[in-house]
Parts: sequence; C-alpha cells; structure tokens
Amino acid sequence: MFNWFMKFGFFVCIMMVCLFGFNVYAAEGELIGAGATFPQPLYSKMFDIYFQQSKIKINYQGIGSGGGINQLIKKTVDFAGTDAYMTEKELKEAGSSVLHIPTCLGAVVVTYNLPGNPKLKLTPDVISDIFLGKVKKWNDPKIQSINKDVKLPDLGITVVRRADGSGTTYIFSEYLTKVSKEWKEKMGTGKSLNWPEGFIGQKGNPGISGYIKQTQGAIGYVELLYALQNNMAFASIKNKSGNFIEPTPKTVSNAAKIKIPADTNVSLTDTDAKDGYPISSFTWLIFYKEQNYGGRTKQRAEALAKLLLWIVTDGQRYVEPLQYSPLPKEASDIAQKIVKSMTYNGKQILN
Amino acid sequence: MNTMNTAAQDIENNKIIPFPSHFTVQEDKIKDNKTHLKLRILKDRLFKYIVIIFSLLSFLPLLLVLFHITKNGISVINWSFLTELPRPIGEIGGGIYNSLIGSLMLILLSSVISIPLGISAGIYLSETNKGKLSNIINLCIVVLQGTPSIVIGIITYIWVVAPLGGFSALSGGIALSIMMLPVIIKSTEETLKLIPYHLKEASLALGVPYYKTILKVILPTGISGIMTGILLSVARITGETAPLLFTAFGNQFLNYNILKPIDSLPYRIFYYAMSPYPEWHSFAWGASFILVVIVLAFNLIARGVSAKWKVQF
Amino acid sequence: MKTEKDASEKRFKNIILVSGLSVIFLLIAIFLTLTIASVPAIKTFGLGFFISKHWDPSLEKFGALPFLYGTLITSFLALIISIPFSIAISIFLGEYFKNGLLSTFLRSSTEVLAGIPSVIYGLWGLFLLMPVTRHIQTLLGLTPYGVGIFTASLILSIMIIPFSASIGREVVSLIPADLKEAAYSLGATRFEVIKNIIIPYARSGIIAGILLAFGRAIGETMAVTMLIGNSNFLPKSIFSPANTMASVIANEFAESTGIAASSLIYIGLVLFLVTTLVNIAGTYVIKKISLEASKEVT
Repeated sequence: MFNWFMKFGFFVCIMMVCLFGFNVYAAEGELIGAGATFPQPLYSKMFDIYFQQSKIKINYQGIGSGGGINQLIKKTVDFAGTDAYMTEKELKEAGSSVLHIPTCLGAVVVTYNLPGNPKLKLTPDVISDIFLGKVKKWNDPKIQSINKDVKLPDLGITVVRRADGSGTTYIFSEYLTKVSKEWKEKMGTGKSLNWPEGFIGQKGNPGISGYIKQTQGAIGYVELLYALQNNMAFASIKNKSGNFIEPTPKTVSNAAKIKIPADTNVSLTDTDAKDGYPISSFTWLIFYKEQNYGGRTKQRAEALAKLLLWIVTDGQRYVEPLQYSPLPKEASDIAQKIVKSMTYNGKQILN
Repeated sequence: MNTMNTAAQDIENNKIIPFPSHFTVQEDKIKDNKTHLKLRILKDRLFKYIVIIFSLLSFLPLLLVLFHITKNGISVINWSFLTELPRPIGEIGGGIYNSLIGSLMLILLSSVISIPLGISAGIYLSETNKGKLSNIINLCIVVLQGTPSIVIGIITYIWVVAPLGGFSALSGGIALSIMMLPVIIKSTEETLKLIPYHLKEASLALGVPYYKTILKVILPTGISGIMTGILLSVARITGETAPLLFTAFGNQFLNYNILKPIDSLPYRIFYYAMSPYPEWHSFAWGASFILVVIVLAFNLIARGVSAKWKVQF
Repeated sequence: MKTEKDASEKRFKNIILVSGLSVIFLLIAIFLTLTIASVPAIKTFGLGFFISKHWDPSLEKFGALPFLYGTLITSFLALIISIPFSIAISIFLGEYFKNGLLSTFLRSSTEVLAGIPSVIYGLWGLFLLMPVTRHIQTLLGLTPYGVGIFTASLILSIMIIPFSASIGREVVSLIPADLKEAAYSLGATRFEVIKNIIIPYARSGIIAGILLAFGRAIGETMAVTMLIGNSNFLPKSIFSPANTMASVIANEFAESTGIAASSLIYIGLVLFLVTTLVNIAGTYVIKKISLEASKEVT
C-alpha cells in the first residue's frame, strides 16, 4: 500500500516541480495589479510594450477603483489603479503609508445611444436632472431647448451607472456635486452612490459602454476612449466659463493647467480654464511606500519601482495615441520624485 | 302527405322507445357513451400531441444554443486563436492560449486533490455497512453537491486567498475540487457496491491483505464506473466560472505557477461577453465553441468508458 | 496474534475512515466559516436584514430583501415556465417512447442541455434573448432594458428543464406494469391511464424533481448575473432589472470590505441554508420512492 502511495506521491511531487519549475525564470518577473477600468486600455497597451522590452509580465485586472483599493489594502496585489484618491478612512485602513502617482489624464464623457448618433450639448443642470431620474424622456424640453438643431425622439431615457465601486463614478459625482446643489444634497460624491430606482448597473467602463451600445435611448458616463473605440456619441458640456466644450485630449490638458500638490491629491473637475473640459481627471497608481511587507523580495520591489518610473517617463509616449492626455511636466516631475522615495527596509530603492 | 313516420323512423329519432322504461336509460347511456367515448379518444389523442409538441419544443433552445455557438464560434477558430495570448484592449488579433492552459492546469490541480480523497471516501462508504456514520456522510455529500458554486467561491476566498495574501491557481483548484468531490465519491461508492462479494472473498481467501484486495482487485474492477464519475465531474468543473471569480482572478499572460493568478476558458468568455468590443464578442463565441466541445467530449468519453471498460459478471 | 497484515488492514481502514469523515468536516467547516464571517452583519442588522430593502454601500446600510425577492421570483417563474416542459418530457420518455431512436435522441439532448456551462447560456442570452425581450418591451411601450427578471427567468427555465425531466422520467418509467395493464383492461385510454394512474403514482417523484430543479435555480449564478440588470432595488415589474442573492455576491464581493463583505457573506449563508434544505427535501422524497419501489419488486 505504501508502494502505491509512494508512487502517487512521487507523481504529485514531479508535477509540482514542473508547475513551479516552469516558472523559475519568471518567478519574480510578474507583477499583479488591479483596479480602475478608466485607464485600462492605456495600461493594457503600456504593459504589453513593457513586457516586450523587459520581459516582466504585469497582470492587471479591471475590477474598478474600489476593488483595486480594497485589494491593495488587503495586500493581495503589488499596485492598484484608481481614479479616486484614497479617502482618509481608506488610508488609515491600509496601515502603512500609501503613495499615489498620477499616470495620465482622462475625460469622463456623457455618452448615449440615439438614432443617428447626434452630437448633443448638455449643461450641468440637465445632466444632474437626467442622472437624478428627474428627466425621463429624450424629447424633454430641458434637453431639446439647448439642442435646437436636433430632433430628439420620444424615447424613454435608460440611465446606466456603475454597479461596482468606481473611480469614474467618483469623478462624475464630484463634478456634479460642485455644479449642482440638488445633486450635492441627494447624492454626493463617492465611488458607490445611492442611485435612484430604475437605473441599470453594469460592471466597469466596458460594461457600461457595451450596454449603451446595444440599447437605444440609453445614457451613461464612461472614459472618453471607450466611447471613441465603440463609435458612440458623447456630449459637449458647458463649463464654468460658459463654453460648450467637447472632450478631447487637448481640452482635458487645458483643464490640468493648475498647481499640483506634492502628494498629487488634486481635482480637475469644473475647471476654471476657459477652454478646459469640465469633467477631466487624473488617474493614479497606488502602492506602499515601504515595500518590505508580506514576504516581498527586494527584486520585486525594484521591478515595481522601475515599472512605475517608466510609466511616468518613457511610457508617456503611448498616452496620446490612445486619446488620453499625457502628464504635464510638473506632474511627471512630482511623480518621479514620489517613485524615488519608495523604500525597501528603509533604504531607497532607486536613485 | 303522410306526416306520420314509420315505427322504425320513430325509433331512429328516439321518439318511440320500443322497450320497457328501464332500458330507455340504457339507450341514452349508450348514446352518451358513444359521444363520451369519442370525447375520451379525442382527449387522448390531443394529450399525446401536446406531450410530443412540448417535448420537442423543449429541445428547441438546445438546438438554438448549439446552432449559434457553432455559427458564431467556428469562424473565429484558427491556429492563432488557439495559440496566441490576448492583445491589449481595443487591438485586433490575439487568442485564448492562456485560458486553455489555465483551464487545463485547474483541472489537473483539482483532480489531484479530489480524486484520491474522493475514491478513498467512496471506498469507505462501499465497505461500511449501513450505519449512522454512513448516513451522515451521505447526507453531507448531498448537501455538498447542491451548494451553489458562488458560495464555494466565498469559502475558498476566506480559506485560501486571504491567508495566502493573493489570488492563485491553487485557490481556484481547491474551489473546483470541492465541487468535484461529491460526484467522485458517489460514483465510486455505487460502482464498488455493484461488484459481487465473491471477488473480494476469493482474494481474501487467497491471503491477499485487505488493502491490497481493495486497491489491486476491487478498484481496478470498478475502474469504468470510477472513471465515468471522474470524467463527468471534470466536465462539470471545466465550465464553472463562479468559484473562480474571487480565487483564480484571471490572467492575460501564460502562467504555470500555481501560486499566481490564472485564467480559464469560462472566465475569459465571461470577461469578453461583458465587454463592448465586437471583436471580443466573437472571441467569446469561439471560446464557447471550444468549451462546449470539450465538455461534450468529456461526457461522451465518460459514456464510452462506462460501456467499454465495464467488467461484466 | 497481531500480524503485519492486521496492522496494514487497520492502517488502510483508518485512512478511508478519515477520508469519509473529511467530508463531514468539510461541510461543518463551510457552515462555520460562513456563519463566523457573517457575525458582524448579523450583529448589526439581525434578522431584520431580510425585511429591509435598502442596500446602500455609501451609507453602510444593508438590507437583503431585494435579493431574496429577486431570487424567489426568478426561480418560481423559471419553475412555472419549465414544469409543463419537464413533465411532458417525463411522460414522453417514460411512457410513450421508452425506447427507440427518438427516445435516445431526446434523452441525450436533455443531458447535453444540462451539461452546457452556465456562462455560455449567459452569453447566448446576452445576444439572443435580450433583443427578444427588448422587442417585447418596445411593443408594450416600456423602456427597452433588455435585462431584467423576465430575461433571467427565461434562461433559468431552459437551464433547469433537464433536472426535473430526468427524475420525472425515471419515476414514470418505474410504474409497475400490472397497474397500468389493469387500467387498460378496464377500457381506459392512454391519457386516462396517465392522468389517473401514472401521475398520482409518480407524483412524489415529479415533486422531488421540481424541488431539485428549484434548488438549482436558486443557486444559479453566471447566466443570471449576466442577464438580470444589477439593480439593488425591489423590482417593480417582471421587466424591471433586479439582483438575486447569487448575482449580488458575484457582482460585489471582490471589492467589498468590512460590513459590506460580511453582509454579502450573510446572504451567502442564507443561500447555502435554503439550497441545503431544498436539496435535502428533494433527496428525501426520492429516497422514499426508491424504497417503496424496491418493496414492490420484492
């Protein structure tokens, strides 16, 4: 009988060795990240290029900013992506110091599915009313009056919002909190909101775009690239200065012409810039400052630091082709400084 | 004109009843019975047609599902689809190689855990007479089999992912092995129970130790049933997604390390299906086609094994 | 006299005993883990959790009524839609066409139906059922969500047909021939035999099949998650988006912490208990039937 067990156990050991052994080379050559879907197309491209250059695999799963922050706090990932700067509560929960670096700029656009894909203009009040569920039909005078050149159909508005904890929701709601008193009272700012009844929930930016694409009369909020990649129409929004601004990488960059604090915690929504798109935002990658935790090796910490540095320097050349806006020089400089402040056992990792 | 009918006519028209009164009741009854009988036959025929129609109708969704999977999926499948890794979001091309390997690894992992344990427990149940313990174990097996896969995902997250500090193929394998156990135990028990006692008796009488009797005589005899159980449970878990959502996590790269996240066919299908990209949708169909083929193949092989390897007594 | 053989036999018997016991331990461990992890939620919300309809992550206030409702409605609807079909298949295969090509064909296809993974049903539903639902909604003048209770129940009903059908077929075909023959000899039509003899006799089997199908429907996750619309509110109509206990866990667990995670596990605990009860009930009924059937044979 022990013979039998021996043979079996031997077989198991061989298999385990194979399973582990295959990966001896790549054991440290893999980093795990999770979080925001807002910048995911960009990260996806960046990580693909980085892998070709450095042979380091970066497995990034888009589970939403909330999920990313959560997994970083639980220390199951090396880094996380979020479009919402961590809250006081979350920072406290993390225990040790968490650093944020911005990686690019993006726009949250209001996208919709109407026959003929007309380009619409929207004002903050109307957006607030639609997403509060107060305006229920497309040909409502509130929408029609600012879009006199478009014949809006008598179609019900299906509002789609994020079902998961989303940084995109955070950016969108932060904007609305600034521009609408009613929104501020009823909904506020957050990654998960207490949405009115009758709204459809979808996961991730891909989920929302996918649903709107298939549903006539649907409206939702997604990152610009998703709307562009799927040939969906999106609205020009009236900004603080009274101009209707179309979301483009340029108008997003315009919104970022402000001073950036050392911890990069800055909001770009409802920008003062005359020609800036009002729902623009940075998106961040977050990670622990002190990298020696949970048995992580120095090698791994170095790999992470190198990756992060690359993203905010050389990696920036991949930003514009994907319709995101590159980091302004000031932001990139601050980000580099932050990455260089990462430590392993108290000692600086990069110099 | 003679308005008076003949007696025969009157009887025909039920006007004159030529027999004593108690027979009149019979006459009515016979007439009623005739129509009644016709009604009964009608009902019978109608029912038969309804049953046939409904049965064949229930066959319709299956036809449709298989049709669409084949129609949409088969055009996507080519060598690069099967051997390449996914491309970044929005780019064309790529494949599902990582998911194929991932599914394979998960199957291996969960089999390594569940087959020895399952066969062992199955042997115990078949070798023990009916008693309180056996009944309890059987009850537990029933409960385990009916547990929703998402609950098993939660459990595995708490037991493996949280302590290990990360998502891993191992946790996915453990979750799937919990789901494989009930089927393997049951089929082992039932197969072994069917083996006639005299085989065991003969072996023991010849002086073969008990454990050797079981392992080298009884088990091999029952191999067809046991293999069927294993193949059927593998078929089941190959298509499972829910327990992998918070354990294996998904991975767009190839991964052979069981302590790292891993992709799988059903997870990839889910991810692509819920995306907005038509390219990814067609990939989802292609991956579904492959998944269905694999699952059906396992089922077919299981039947083949059951028929061909069966030891007759 | 203790011999090597006795020792090895004892060792072996211990090993298989431990394997058998491990099943029990596994189940107890599952139950305990679920319960312990739910404690924070139980302490905060108690049993009122299931009557409260507010699920608000931002306020950290959780109530599971919408999901209980969603689960029950979709499962019941799925059952109602599928019962005529599974009974028809049971009678078709158990009585009319016990053997032959058509019978093998239908039996195989029922098994194939059961073997198709849930996520594939979800995919199919996304692209083939949703437009149908949208069409119906547009005809009725409702907003064409596409997702919702209606679509989810439809796909569920397709998925659970094989479960009740296969058990039903077994019981129907096990009816003692002499009972049927007695009825035929008295002049009954086939329909009458089915209606008055077979159905009552097979009733418990059919009910067991329905119970097990119900248990399956309650716990079904992937196809439902993809088609139900992710709304954490009490659904107002059959076309409203909603969530079931399984789908809300699938959607929100990965990113939940603290009381949110505990609430979701609390839901998982209840889901576990309900499916356990239903499955035990169904199995118990089947056991009773097979006991009675074996008594008949002897």
